[in-house]
Amino acid sequence: MNETRAAEIVFDHVTKQYAGRHAAAVNDLSLEIPAGTFCVLVGPSGGGKTTALKMVNRLIPFDSGEIRIDGRNIDDLPLTELRRGIGYVIQQVGLFPHMTVGDNIGTVPRLLGWRKTRIEERSRDLLDLVGLEPGDAKRYPAQLSGGQRQRVGLARALAADPPLLLMDEPFGALDPITRFRLQTELLRLHDEVGKTVIFVTHDIDEAIRMGDRIAILREGGVLAQYDTPDAILAHPADDFVAKFIGEDRALRRLALRTLASVELESDTGAASDTLRVPPTTTVRNAVSLMLEAKTDQVVVADGDKELGVFRLADAGELL
Amino acid sequence: MKIAGGGPVIPNFGQGSSCVTGNHAFCWGWVREHWSDTLGPALAQHVELTAIAVGIGFAIAFPLALLAHRFHKLEHPFSIVAALLYTIPSLALFQLLVPITGLGLTTVEVALTSYTLVILLPNIVTGLRSVPPDVIEAAQGMGLTRLQVLTRVELPLAVPAIVGGLRIAVVSTVAIGTIAGIEVTTKGLGYPIFNALQDPTPFKTEIYSAGALAVALALAADALLVGLRRLLVPWARRAA
Repeated sequence: MNETRAAEIVFDHVTKQYAGRHAAAVNDLSLEIPAGTFCVLVGPSGGGKTTALKMVNRLIPFDSGEIRIDGRNIDDLPLTELRRGIGYVIQQVGLFPHMTVGDNIGTVPRLLGWRKTRIEERSRDLLDLVGLEPGDAKRYPAQLSGGQRQRVGLARALAADPPLLLMDEPFGALDPITRFRLQTELLRLHDEVGKTVIFVTHDIDEAIRMGDRIAILREGGVLAQYDTPDAILAHPADDFVAKFIGEDRALRRLALRTLASVELESDTGAASDTLRVPPTTTVRNAVSLMLEAKTDQVVVADGDKELGVFRLADAGELL
Repeated sequence: MKIAGGGPVIPNFGQGSSCVTGNHAFCWGWVREHWSDTLGPALAQHVELTAIAVGIGFAIAFPLALLAHRFHKLEHPFSIVAALLYTIPSLALFQLLVPITGLGLTTVEVALTSYTLVILLPNIVTGLRSVPPDVIEAAQGMGLTRLQVLTRVELPLAVPAIVGGLRIAVVSTVAIGTIAGIEVTTKGLGYPIFNALQDPTPFKTEIYSAGALAVALALAADALLVGLRRLLVPWARRAA
């Protein structure tokens, strides 16, 4: 599957106020999301992140400003055409209970008038892409587990190869193990299909793990900070952001890097009883292991091959 | 003795078996003898009576339900009218209609159809409303038009509730339809019962056999609809 279509999304001074509410839901939001970016909208409830997301496919109208996809104002597009060009994934998944998995995945292609054989072929490819069996196409949603359902939801959103995916807390209802697995697979999928993703979560850990860029929204729908996870953790814009990302932000930053990406001291004949860890270990985990073992250095080794030594003091230098 | 002509003179005590002349609890011989001239035609008429009432009732209830679903304000007035209609005892409703539509099938069908409406309308509306909001949101988000949401999502998911309404409507129409045989029409399974009751010593076999046929008809129609639902709703059947 060679899918590289991605769209650039721009929020241009977008404001939305719900009737009867004093505070705005989204307040003068301006955001540029380059094509192919995995952008996470995160913040406490009342921050307007879901509202902002649903403005893009016009499930929620806004009062002023404009949203552009690849330079085109979304209000200039026919509603159905706009929506059929955007993959949409929600927390409750919203699979059609009366349709098989295959028919669920084929929803948008059917609307677009694809031939039956092409839809079936596409549906098979997507089942494989999201880690389901070809035989699952004949099953009904009620026969699937929560994790399997969300995989189908993802496949359904990707069916017509949209350049943009909107994901509204897609893993919020899953158990932690399933969530972690699906996060990992979504990241792999994003690398593979290279689409622009706008992903809403209230979980800062998920935001840091998933996002190329993170937009932190505060109560009243105000954008507090928009940057890469590393930059936000290194330089929180204000007290609100600092509090939201937590006092362990230095450790969270270290979690973004693995030992493979840091400079190691070439091996200086470390003692044989020194802790050995693989280069895929995050710096954060390496620090944790050293603290646990009451030592101040680890040998980074890929199997039998020793790559070098990482010291506790080196971790501080990375911040 | 009869309010309208056309039926055989029953019971015929003059030439029957000892079972019939003695008016025993149940005489198979009489049932066999009068299947073709009394019970068979009455059963066929009752099927027709029911099918017409439920058919017309559904044809009226379905578009009304779509209207009530689309325009929420309509649901309340609809349900008030329906509830009022249902509180009128069926025997009274038949009699109320006689001055307007006369003695005969029209009166019966108008009354029976009204009752099916009362059952079908809320059932169809409830079915359409029962679709989970996340399913609707997903459908809208993927670019289904309002009509496509209705025809591809809401209606298929409402089928179990609609068939459920049809089951109640059919069974109660079969039952209420027998009352129509009393003083309103000579059609259907109610008439042989009414006819027998006219006699100072009612002929038991005729009452029991017509009554049993009504029960059997209701059960058979219900089973048919259960089968129809299984056919139309494979997704619920296969669910874990």
